[in-house]
Amino acid sequence: MRYLYYPGCSAEATGKAYDISTRALMGKLGVELVELDDWNCCGATSYFSVRELDSFAIAARNLAIAEKQGDEDLCVICNACYTTLAKTNRYMAESAEVREAVSGALGAVDRTYSGNKPVRHIMDVLVNDIGLEALGEKVTRRLTGLKVACYYGCQYSRPMGDFDDPEFPVTMDKFFQALGAEVITDFAGKAKCCGGMMMLTKEEGALRMCHELLKGAHDAGADVIVCACPLCEMNVEGYQPRVNKTFGTNFDMPVMYFTQLAGLAFGADPKQLAIDKQIVSCDRVVAAIPA
Amino acid sequence: MSTNGSNGFEPRLIGFLCRWCSYNGADLAGTSRLKYPPNMVPIKTNCSGRIDATHILKALKEGADGVLIAGCHPGDCHYINGNYRTAGRFPLTQKLLEQLGLEHGRVRLEWVSAAEGDKFARVVTEFTEQIRALGPLGWSAQFVDESVAAPAAEKEAVPA
Amino acid sequence: MAEDRIAVYFCHCGSNIAGKVDVDKVVAWAAEQPNVAIAREYKYMCSDPGQDLIKEDIQQHGINRVVVAACSPTMHEPTFRKAAAAAGLNPYLLQMANVREHCSWVTVDKGEATEKAKRILNAQIHRLPFNEALDPIEVPVNPAVLVVGGGIAGIEAALKLAATGKKVYLVEKNPSIGGHMAMFDKTFPTLDCAACILTPKMSAAGKDPNIELMAYSEVVEVDGYVGNFKVKVKKKARFVNTDTCTGCAACLETCVVRKVPSEFDQGLGKRSAIYIPFPQAVPLRATIDAEKCLTLKGKKCKQPCVTSCGPGAIDFEQKDELVELEVGAIIMATGFELWDPGQDARYGYGRLDNVITSLEFERISNASGPTNGEIVCKNGEPPKSVAILHCIGSRDLNYQEHCSRVCCMYSLKFSHLIKEHLPDTEVYELYIDMRCFGKGYEEFYRRLMDEGVHMVRGRAAEVTDLAMSPEEEGRLIVKTEDTLLGIVRRIPADMVILSSGLAPAKDAKAVSQTFGFGCSGDGFFLERHPKLEPVSTITDGIFIAGCCQYPKDIPDTVAQAGAAAAGALALVDNPTVKVEPTISYIDPEKCAGCHICVGLCPHVAIRYNEELKVAEVITAACKGCGVCVAACGSNVPQQHGYLDNQIFAEIEGAMAF
Repeated sequence: MRYLYYPGCSAEATGKAYDISTRALMGKLGVELVELDDWNCCGATSYFSVRELDSFAIAARNLAIAEKQGDEDLCVICNACYTTLAKTNRYMAESAEVREAVSGALGAVDRTYSGNKPVRHIMDVLVNDIGLEALGEKVTRRLTGLKVACYYGCQYSRPMGDFDDPEFPVTMDKFFQALGAEVITDFAGKAKCCGGMMMLTKEEGALRMCHELLKGAHDAGADVIVCACPLCEMNVEGYQPRVNKTFGTNFDMPVMYFTQLAGLAFGADPKQLAIDKQIVSCDRVVAAIPA
Repeated sequence: MSTNGSNGFEPRLIGFLCRWCSYNGADLAGTSRLKYPPNMVPIKTNCSGRIDATHILKALKEGADGVLIAGCHPGDCHYINGNYRTAGRFPLTQKLLEQLGLEHGRVRLEWVSAAEGDKFARVVTEFTEQIRALGPLGWSAQFVDESVAAPAAEKEAVPA
Repeated sequence: MAEDRIAVYFCHCGSNIAGKVDVDKVVAWAAEQPNVAIAREYKYMCSDPGQDLIKEDIQQHGINRVVVAACSPTMHEPTFRKAAAAAGLNPYLLQMANVREHCSWVTVDKGEATEKAKRILNAQIHRLPFNEALDPIEVPVNPAVLVVGGGIAGIEAALKLAATGKKVYLVEKNPSIGGHMAMFDKTFPTLDCAACILTPKMSAAGKDPNIELMAYSEVVEVDGYVGNFKVKVKKKARFVNTDTCTGCAACLETCVVRKVPSEFDQGLGKRSAIYIPFPQAVPLRATIDAEKCLTLKGKKCKQPCVTSCGPGAIDFEQKDELVELEVGAIIMATGFELWDPGQDARYGYGRLDNVITSLEFERISNASGPTNGEIVCKNGEPPKSVAILHCIGSRDLNYQEHCSRVCCMYSLKFSHLIKEHLPDTEVYELYIDMRCFGKGYEEFYRRLMDEGVHMVRGRAAEVTDLAMSPEEEGRLIVKTEDTLLGIVRRIPADMVILSSGLAPAKDAKAVSQTFGFGCSGDGFFLERHPKLEPVSTITDGIFIAGCCQYPKDIPDTVAQAGAAAAGALALVDNPTVKVEPTISYIDPEKCAGCHICVGLCPHVAIRYNEELKVAEVITAACKGCGVCVAACGSNVPQQHGYLDNQIFAEIEGAMAF
């Protein structure tokens, strides 16, 4: 199994652990990831909100490279990257205006793109290409007894819902159930926004959103929250002290990339998965997994 | 027909509409006051299955630059499966037209239901633009010698 | 043949056509065309003076062909053909040129509209010399009527028709008639008890000697045409002999399979495998659920139903039965389905206890329902706070764009019922707009505000059980933007009622195909004309009533049922009906007997004459699609009204300039 791999720019900064653990996890599963040559930022939410048409061109440059580089599907780990790239395909297919603008921009740098490169979220790859049964068989350390709150984030399958329900996704729940964990399936905040970039512009509002997420997981008895997006991870983990200060709470909730926890189940060691890089200590999570 | 198109060419189109679905869809586009280009003259038949290659050829010969056939969606035919006959016949007709040197896209088959006024308007708009891009067909000029294709509308003759 | 003298009439239709088309110019042009003897314009051709113009010209000026350039022929072709006939002209020598729906209404530019109108008109001027005088085919009408669906619409239509002495077959797919209305407790805004007003009608329909009630049956095939439909109905096996069963219900008590979710109670109550859906069922007969009955599943059972049945009505050997009916008209009254709110995960239906649908609340509040009319949560406690969420699955581009029309009103009814049962319970109505459109409806809304119901203008965003404050603990929280206060609110509730919209029945499309008419974009049955023929379909002889056409309340449903019954009666009360003569014919002199048309005819209306070795059209069976005409290599079959030379002439006219 082989995929082209788009790490996204967070994976080189705040989300480095996501990239490291993804490579380790896929290595354990025997999936080859070929990093995209000379990739650029997907444009993310911010650029799309300012100049939509131009941002499609930015995203499409990556897709053009991918199309040239290989026939494999393009595997993406960050929710925002996934949404942006998939949206670019969708809009190119549906709008002549977007198609023309993108072709024009790519043409200026001697690139072309047909609009047909399949963009796949890593969770989609794991659950639908490898399959839950095969995953279950490869587990070396079952996550028995661990209560996991799967935090999908708002862009996981919104708005298109290509591989999961946009309002109430379930793929990650099934994934961790296959790994033996006790998943909090009705985690109310699972597809809510973490506050995103608002943490920098309107912190009070973003903190309220994080508070709701943390309380939801805490009240449901979660041992750990797992994420599929670097920004979600940073907000929910890194802002716990400020949530505590603002709302008089006392959260000390381990938050991990889902690839980190899954890596443990497939036999990678914590260091390989950059679990030591987490802000809230995950030692008790690691310790809680039966050997 | 005014000739104020982008390339000075206004397509002349014939649209064969089945009476139950597409003709009513076209009516609905009207009652909904949707706007579309004026290039197509509709001709009503009971069923799209009534239309055969001679009607299409006749239209092209008389100067049409494109021909639309619109019928009920599969399963919706008022005559059980008349539209399946249309669908089955269409690729053969296209092959025939291809052999006569007709560009792909001059003859189009669409399913338009009585509820799809918007689709009818969209199809006519798209089709007009499509034919505009292809340019004039000019078959009528080639048929000045009427012996090549005798005028069909002779009162007593059963046309071939 | 006499000289062709065509009269052209160009209708202004007020400003509908004349506002866009230069009528004077077109008429002046038309007057110059070959064969045109007279060209006139008139403000409203469909008016009596307009029709008189046609009659006078035919009678006084020797006009023998007429084209009326006006609206769609669907609208007024019958009007003008009748006028022509009245003046002694064969009606099929009149054509319409549709310059309104196909021209003036859809074209932006006046010059372009004028040119298009000329081309449309010219097509008909060219066609007319080829038109033949035709006579409508008169066929006998079967006076019986089939009504499909036994809800309030079907019952009402059946009773009305039966009262005129017509034979009515009332087919219902469930074991009992009554439909959704039978599930309701009260009806808005008068708060009549639904059962009190419905059950007398149900029982009347069950007893009427003119009504043959076929419950637990479905139409599987429809053939024929107006006045002469042949319908196959499958009577599903009840495994109970309905002639001997008395409806005593003794068997229900003895059945060992007791925990089947009751469809009638929306799964909130239980029934046994042998069941009567509700005590007032009509027909009051037991039915065995083949999927639940141990014996029918091939498992061991002591069959206490058999021993408890005095008349010995249980019959495990019963089979589905196909019944063939012949009717002259059909009324479709197949109703709606509640939109399944599980499709929108934000509201937690199916996941959060005490988030219920409106139909579930109808059963909970119903005295004969699973809680005997006690309004209680799953834990048996009465709710201290109830939130009613409007427009679930309605007015929502993600799901259904349409307004379901009844939800505002039934939601208000729920508020009233809750306040009546539990005066101290807080009730919140979360609405986008209040649509109280009927007689006494606005007054009912005002009354509810006086009863202390909290009206919150805002569509509910989400229902969650994640408490963010001590007072929210253990409750449901409805999140919404209160657009009057301009704030986001979290409303705690113990019970959330989702006022789900009305959706087309899941099989609406398939049913419409079986009967041969269409559905509109929203999935409901398509009426012939939204205003003037709201209970007719495009298929002559098939009528529609009630929520299968579009969501509507009970008063409108009953009114429509009456209208559909009147439409059917106006048809079947005649001994004969005239059908279009636009059918095919085959000249035996020219037919080579190749068989191609025989196999292609959708209506099996062409047979091969072994003696003459030619194909021939069975006139009574031909419906006039013209497939045979198009299929024949030698163009031997022709279709009256759509002859090849007529179509060719239209093309020539349309392309003449």
